Amino acid sequence: MHQYKLNGYNIVLDEYSGSIHSVDDLAYDIISLYKEKNENEIIELMLNKYKADETITKEEIKNCIEDIKELEKQNKLFSKDNYENYAFDFKNKHKEIKALCLHVAHTCNLNCEYCFASQGKYHGERALMNFEVGKQALDYLIANSGTRHNLEVDFFGGEPLMNFKVVKELVKYARKQEKKYNKNFRFTLTTNGLLINDEVIDFANREMSNVVLSLDGRKSVHDSLRKTITGEGSYDIIIPKFKKLVEARNGKNYYIRGTFTHNNTDFTKDILHMADLGFKELSMEPVVCSPNEPYALTEQDLPIIKKQYELLAKEMLKRNKEENGFTFYHFMLDLEHGPCVYKRITGCGSGTEYLAVTPWGDLYPCHQFVGDEKFKLGDVFKGINNTKVQDEFRKCNAYARNECKNCWAKLYCSGGCAANSYHATGDIKGVYKYGCELFKKRIECAIMMKVAQNHENME
Amino acid sequence: MKRINTIKTRDLSKSLGGEACC
Repeated sequence: MHQYKLNGYNIVLDEYSGSIHSVDDLAYDIISLYKEKNENEIIELMLNKYKADETITKEEIKNCIEDIKELEKQNKLFSKDNYENYAFDFKNKHKEIKALCLHVAHTCNLNCEYCFASQGKYHGERALMNFEVGKQALDYLIANSGTRHNLEVDFFGGEPLMNFKVVKELVKYARKQEKKYNKNFRFTLTTNGLLINDEVIDFANREMSNVVLSLDGRKSVHDSLRKTITGEGSYDIIIPKFKKLVEARNGKNYYIRGTFTHNNTDFTKDILHMADLGFKELSMEPVVCSPNEPYALTEQDLPIIKKQYELLAKEMLKRNKEENGFTFYHFMLDLEHGPCVYKRITGCGSGTEYLAVTPWGDLYPCHQFVGDEKFKLGDVFKGINNTKVQDEFRKCNAYARNECKNCWAKLYCSGGCAANSYHATGDIKGVYKYGCELFKKRIECAIMMKVAQNHENME
Repeated sequence: MKRINTIKTRDLSKSLGGEACC
């Protein structure tokens, strides 16, 4: 159970059933006391607290308690956690791979200061994936995907468009395999945009299910960290290219994706800048880096960032009303058709159903572990031989950490990102507390927006 | 006025065995 107040709404989330209730002050207070006090104690406390309100009588309080009892009976309040055993079963039963992050280029035409991939090289040599390695990776994915029909491949880097010829060849090869093996490839591309041209736009709109376009927001913010090799800002080069690509995609199936740092903790302004440029599918991530970097987020930034998320949620509701809305990736919740418990428990599947492939075919648990030799799992030619590391990832789930046992958000974060945990604590099953705080605030905002929309629909 | 308004959500207990940043 999680109760909170935000933007004038009293919200109650029943974690294990997924139920969400918007309640008045009296119900909010009774629910918070329901498991600690008996009925008479609750009545006495409420009569005392609301003595100035003539409408709150003993009868009213009793009725409210009855409503809560009924919801408890329906498993919509105070529901029990019956999922823990499923967590460890699922990953042991399912050994299929369904997604690859193909590092087609370990090189980049930008020199972004905060790049976790160390200017695209991942602390190694510059390299481009050749067709043979990419083909073997796709064959490996098909051969190890079992009965999975939907397979996903992200073209990643570095800057993947620096190896555009191979990207095109690999897509062509994969499409030929689809019918043969009854598979459906879903391709995505993550690019800084510098090399976008008409051919890229035509290809992306024909073959890419989603395109992730890197933009940090306002020109001054973007250009301060996302510089060309010669040290100039890249904003003016990429904006017209992004606009052209998005327009050609009919404004669908893309994300403008930014990173915010200590330098722009007022990042809501950057998101609104993206929206004002005409982009409607937006994402903005907190920078993940060494705490020694001058742009690293600090403890002092935390309350500021949380306020920014609240500000963003309120602004989005306002713009939705004005029919000028936009989507923010981390506020997207599908309450009626969201993921099943298995998915919520197991998360992104890094190291098990999701792997990263280097330009020379080495396999890693995900793109954020590439270049760290102790996490190398094997390669696409001989398969996985480092089962010890893979078993560690198999144990990663929403129930893997004692600290998360009583956390209301674990069926939303699935235990969090293994890479963030590792970089923050040195253990993939550690707890990246800063990330938890931000995640919980984002979910609170997302649920509040759903509640607000529900109220609006009722009116 | 209803004191408790329950939003329609998927019942997770009935969702129990694989197909940017159901």
